[in-house]
Amino acid sequence: MRPEIAWAEAMKFENRHDPYRFFDELRKTPVARVADDIYVVTGYWELLALAHDPRVSSDISRSPLQAKRAAAQEPPPEAEHLTAYGRQPSMIMSDPPYHDRARRQAMRQFGPPHSPDLIPSMEPGIERLCNELLGKAAGKTRIDIVDEYGYRVPVTVICKILGVPLEDEKAFHAWIFDFMAGLDLGPEAATEEGKVRAAKGRESTAALTEYLRGLIDGYVRKPGEGLLSRLVNDDGPDGPMAPPEAAANALLLLIAGHDSTVNTISHCVLTLLRNPGSVELLRRRPGLIPRAIEEVLRLQSAVQFFPSRSATADIEVGGTVIPEGSAIFLMYGAANRDPGRFPDPGRFDPERRANEHFGWGSGIHTCFGGPLARLEVNVALEVFLQRVENPRLVVDPPPYRRNQIFRGPQHLFIDYDRIREHS
Amino acid sequence: MRAELIADVVAEFKAYGRIVIVGASLAGLRAAETLRDEGFTGPLTIIGDEKQEPYDRPPLSKQVLKGLARADHTLLPRMRKVDADWRLGVAATGLDRRVKQVRLADGEQVPFDRLLIATGTRSRPWFNPQEAALEGVFTLRTADDAGRLRAALAAGPGRVLIVGAGFIGSEMASVCRELGLAVTVAERAEGPLVGALGGVIGDIAAEMQRDHGVDLRTGVSVEALEGDAQGHVRRARLSDGTTLDVDVVVASLGSIRNTEWLEGAGLASGRWGVACDAGCRVFDINGVVTDSIFVAGDIARAPHVLYDYQFLVQEHWDNADVGGRVAAHNMVSLEPQRRPHLPLPAFWSGQFGVNIKGVGVGPFADEIVITQGSVTDRRFAAAYGRNGRIVAAVTFNHGKWLEYYGALIERSAPFPPPPPGYDHPDGMQPMPARFPTPGAPTGWPDVVLTGHDPTERGAEYEYRTKKR
Repeated sequence: MRPEIAWAEAMKFENRHDPYRFFDELRKTPVARVADDIYVVTGYWELLALAHDPRVSSDISRSPLQAKRAAAQEPPPEAEHLTAYGRQPSMIMSDPPYHDRARRQAMRQFGPPHSPDLIPSMEPGIERLCNELLGKAAGKTRIDIVDEYGYRVPVTVICKILGVPLEDEKAFHAWIFDFMAGLDLGPEAATEEGKVRAAKGRESTAALTEYLRGLIDGYVRKPGEGLLSRLVNDDGPDGPMAPPEAAANALLLLIAGHDSTVNTISHCVLTLLRNPGSVELLRRRPGLIPRAIEEVLRLQSAVQFFPSRSATADIEVGGTVIPEGSAIFLMYGAANRDPGRFPDPGRFDPERRANEHFGWGSGIHTCFGGPLARLEVNVALEVFLQRVENPRLVVDPPPYRRNQIFRGPQHLFIDYDRIREHS
Repeated sequence: MRAELIADVVAEFKAYGRIVIVGASLAGLRAAETLRDEGFTGPLTIIGDEKQEPYDRPPLSKQVLKGLARADHTLLPRMRKVDADWRLGVAATGLDRRVKQVRLADGEQVPFDRLLIATGTRSRPWFNPQEAALEGVFTLRTADDAGRLRAALAAGPGRVLIVGAGFIGSEMASVCRELGLAVTVAERAEGPLVGALGGVIGDIAAEMQRDHGVDLRTGVSVEALEGDAQGHVRRARLSDGTTLDVDVVVASLGSIRNTEWLEGAGLASGRWGVACDAGCRVFDINGVVTDSIFVAGDIARAPHVLYDYQFLVQEHWDNADVGGRVAAHNMVSLEPQRRPHLPLPAFWSGQFGVNIKGVGVGPFADEIVITQGSVTDRRFAAAYGRNGRIVAAVTFNHGKWLEYYGALIERSAPFPPPPPGYDHPDGMQPMPARFPTPGAPTGWPDVVLTGHDPTERGAEYEYRTKKR
């Protein structure tokens, strides 16, 4: 299969539940050209090298995807959306020194050494919420792990951490849904329906950005609780973050801060139920839960790739020369199944050794919220295992959402015998 | 030998072989855990001259001195339970290879079939024993050292003098400043960290020290320490003729390898370490590899493929951790299963608010180039080169880039490396790295070749010329 064909198949909506067959095809050329100026990287070692190579830029304004948008009469939708996502540069779409400064400013409010207690302090609330949600499922025999469990936990947590009012959740949930559906890097983007989704996505992204700007402006006028307020009122060595920049990073943290966690919780449940015996194994040895989660992230990376990178020089890697100016897609989900790095890569093995997967990315853009996500998924999975008796998948594969980057089930229905009492 | 017989030999050794590990720190502990992990169930004896269970040393010069952790609270995490005969608090004093026994300070002889040497290093004491005995004069290597020094710093002394501005000395100076103590650092070389990182980086490290209020004196040595009537150190005399009033003196003069107990054992050991192959097997004095004696950690001196096969010691944490595991694996494996221990040297330090990390062997290089970031902002990466190849790299608050440089070093990629796509430092020209020229050749131990008959030739130590 030619790389561009395999790439198009991997991006097609109908293959969202299993793009891995096509990633395996692509990996025959670990660094493959799939369009004039797009190279996709599916080999583990090649991806590792490029994720750490200072000649690879994450600055979206240097990407040909953005240049295309400027040049074309009718912009390709991926370019349009990437730009909408990154009109003001968020840290994930920028390079040092700008990136380093923004990440330092945000990390001061989020983790050690300056805010060591924030993430651990969330644990009791997460556990309470998980138990409440399962309490609501008692007396029934079916639950949608996405809408009724996995989504509620991280959205509540991220709102609290950022200082986004949970009352506004309905509005921004819809905006984010449209944004996700509109950001399509597959062949369907060019269809009429695709263009409609893209237009709607643009409108919703604008509305969401506007909403966050308003929120942040409010915090500039009157400081309040949460990371966003502290970010724009900080008196640390790097000073406060400028409001437009804070809004761009708020968009990033809000979306990445819960959506990928939902997908990981869903994929954990899905993977355990697909592999007979693993629910029992983790109940018997709960100490394996953290490793099981890492293994799920290897198999079903919540962020499959991130399309902002490009080459600032000709870069030779894996027998291919990526010409200067080309877009580079680091395919985490594909490299995580490279048999040259992970023996029997398709197998779910919660005891896998040296599981250094790319589920959290690699290099300076390594997942900012990883420690929080790990806590959320751990607690959610542990409570699920403790209380849901005899869980079974209703449909396999479950229906997936459209987005290729933030890939996850739309719904994940589980049947069970009963919900055990909260111990 | 038939395959079953070979398998029987291995199984029998794993069940009944006797293994002795001398040295109960990181390398020794990881080796012991690995032996049990690999199915070795025979008698295992671990000998350590310190009373404490294996503990971690890096925090001693940082968190412990600062008072964030107690000196006895840095025990190493255990990877598994280890069933072993722990002989802690008693040093090994000799090795008899003919009868395969380790002699202990209490006179006991411990027999072995396989031996792991992991005795590490100790800190080099102050050169004058009378002055070293003054109250307020310290060295730092052990948890006990750290506990005593912490108490002295917490008492709020007047000036602290640190002699030697290597990594440990610089870290201690940093802690002193964080504690608000006046501190002088005296260094014989042209700047701090020069031995490990060269003069270009040394200049930056010197600025960091001075920016943080350290009274840094370079190119001087401390010639004498003077005490008061109570035997407490009060004054230091420097080679430039100045004197300092001091209440605490820390001698941070590097380390001495604990190999004296191997004297007379006929191994290729001495003050430069214990020579071994890349599989941790020790060489005898003739340079012939032994099959039952292994070495790991700070004193293991092995040829490194990346550095012209030169014999290198690596006094780095990772080297003890991984080296102990590889040595243990090889101790219970036959030739086809043996693994080489070929780590890319890696180290880190924290001082003056800067996280310093490095890979490779800086002193092997003669050139350096700043490759990324900003020296003035104290966030940058630099690469070291020799003969057009990259051989080492160091980062200041830029550690996430080390992976990239490590991969370049592993491939012996061209030096200087290609320019980055962003965050260019001012001036990216390679320049001399300014490592001090190696000192005089060591005078001890001297080895001579003896025997006239070609079949009888062999090496021996020439104890006549042994110094001190």
